[in-house]
Amino acid sequence: MIGMGIDIGSVATKGVLVNNNSRYQVILPTGWSPREAGEAVISALLGQSSLERQEIHHIYATGYGRVAFNQADKTVTEIKCHARGIAELYSEVRTIIDIGGQDSKVIQINELGKVLDFAMNDKCAAGTGRFLQVMAVALGMDVSELGQAEIPEQKQAINSMCTVFAESEIIGLLARGHDKGGVIAGLHQSVGKRVAAMAKRMGIKEKVAFTGGVAMNPGVKRALQEELDCEVMVPHICQYTGALGAALLACE
Amino acid sequence: MQEDLIDNFMKIREVNMMRLKEAKENGKKVVGIYCTYCPQELILATGAIPVGLCGTKEEPIAAAEEVLPRNLCPLIKSSFGFALTDTCPFFHFSDVVIGETTCDGKKKMFEIMNDIKPVHVMQLPHLKNTKASFDLWVAELNRLKSFLEQELEVKINDEDIWNAIEIVNRETAAAKAVCDLNQMDPPLLTGLDLLTVTWSRGFTTDKGDAADMLNRLTETLDSTQRSISTGKPRILLTGCPVGLGTEKVIGLVQELGANVVAMENCSGYKTLELQTSSQYEDPIVALAHKYLSIPCSCMSPNPYRIDLLNQMIENFRADAVIDLTWQACHTYNIEAHTVGKLVKEKGLPYLHLESDYSSSDLESLKVRIEAMLEMVEK
Repeated sequence: MIGMGIDIGSVATKGVLVNNNSRYQVILPTGWSPREAGEAVISALLGQSSLERQEIHHIYATGYGRVAFNQADKTVTEIKCHARGIAELYSEVRTIIDIGGQDSKVIQINELGKVLDFAMNDKCAAGTGRFLQVMAVALGMDVSELGQAEIPEQKQAINSMCTVFAESEIIGLLARGHDKGGVIAGLHQSVGKRVAAMAKRMGIKEKVAFTGGVAMNPGVKRALQEELDCEVMVPHICQYTGALGAALLACE
Repeated sequence: MQEDLIDNFMKIREVNMMRLKEAKENGKKVVGIYCTYCPQELILATGAIPVGLCGTKEEPIAAAEEVLPRNLCPLIKSSFGFALTDTCPFFHFSDVVIGETTCDGKKKMFEIMNDIKPVHVMQLPHLKNTKASFDLWVAELNRLKSFLEQELEVKINDEDIWNAIEIVNRETAAAKAVCDLNQMDPPLLTGLDLLTVTWSRGFTTDKGDAADMLNRLTETLDSTQRSISTGKPRILLTGCPVGLGTEKVIGLVQELGANVVAMENCSGYKTLELQTSSQYEDPIVALAHKYLSIPCSCMSPNPYRIDLLNQMIENFRADAVIDLTWQACHTYNIEAHTVGKLVKEKGLPYLHLESDYSSSDLESLKVRIEAMLEMVEK
């Protein structure tokens, strides 16, 4: 069975192709057209695997852009895809925390990767990748640099939950001479607190996995571990978990 | 045939607007009501017409926000906005309006609404089954009775109340019979049809007519019953009141290939099992017993809602429960914790949604509902 999973997120479009034991993966910026991004990912995956479009048995799409994408045989929610993807990577995980570009979610799964419960935040940018993106701009940095730049020992608490107010708060902190590294550690703590509260409401069952683009940031991982008081595992392909799940579902 | 019957319910509002206008021209009095706690029987006993008032549409909210705070529940803002902009014909025709102190938002909004039209607010106790709260409620029913007698210049006697009780009991039983048809698998009514029927019945000027319409619908649907299971997930909807104009969650469930088979909400099943008992000597006492039994989240504690949900999950063979809270409705929002516990203990997926009347969150509601449906194994 050859299956393809396309996860069209707000920032990046991820694709995974599963051909028995071989796996291929591609990531591209979503840009303004989720449809074109999805198609570009399919072409890139076909190129990588030297397969033809007809040889793919099923293509499953997920992510916010799944509705606009017309190349898929089926669409599945991000929640089910992340559950399936993590079950493949870590069979012992029972709680998944996913932080993407515009939403964050907590998913509880059983030993088979079946979703038992989930919670989602997408009404507000706080606790999402967008929050960090806005703050990175205010700090004159790229969002990918934040994780390395934090200094947890000098952590400066950020009190504003709202992205707009938090931005002015950090500008104020920097103006008063506070260290950038400490401010960044505070930002990570703020994201961690917000998402941990959502996870605690549902109940944390170990082990915990952390996925999505924001999982590449070691500072947020550290903050989550602190807030949840347990170890948080980040898969090496944390951005691809949803696409992997979709591809595996497409193979079933 | 079935479509025609549902269509008749769709037209209730329109038809009754005209009837109301005629009745007013013939000197009839009209009393506007908002909530299931309002004892309609007392209004009927005066010979006046009790009508439900609008509060389930987005349009007048902007106008309401010129007076009321933005972070208030959309139902209160919509109700007030309709009154303020004079765009609810039922409010327009009402001589007086009856409100209750169900929640803080409503209670304080009614104080301001009183500038537009006389609003009589009943002090609703929030504790059931104690003598003090029961006595207060009896006193409040008597105060309403006096208010109506004075405002509408009539005398209400016990016989009139008992007659009204009989009609309301009949209409409630008829509505329950329609809803109970959906215990069958597949359900006989779609979620949107069910809402159309249960919500529209509040706008009828004649309760007897409404009972007849409901009974006709039950007979027709019952005789066409099918017995093949479609395998579509069966959803039970609970939480804040829903009406036409704010049916987005029911619509999404349907669009995603499932069905809302029952609604525990105010316009739905919440009050349908309640019949006023004729075993009391005083009709006011009989009414007090019935109305204090309503399992609204404004009651504290409110175990009866949990009992009702438990029983409805069984009777309607629900596969999952959606609990809809309108933004800033604290009582339903907090009670969601207890409801969630019940549903999860029964091994069913539970989805708590917080939303408002706008369509801005359709996509995010959709992904949640879709993910919940994926959890239902059929």
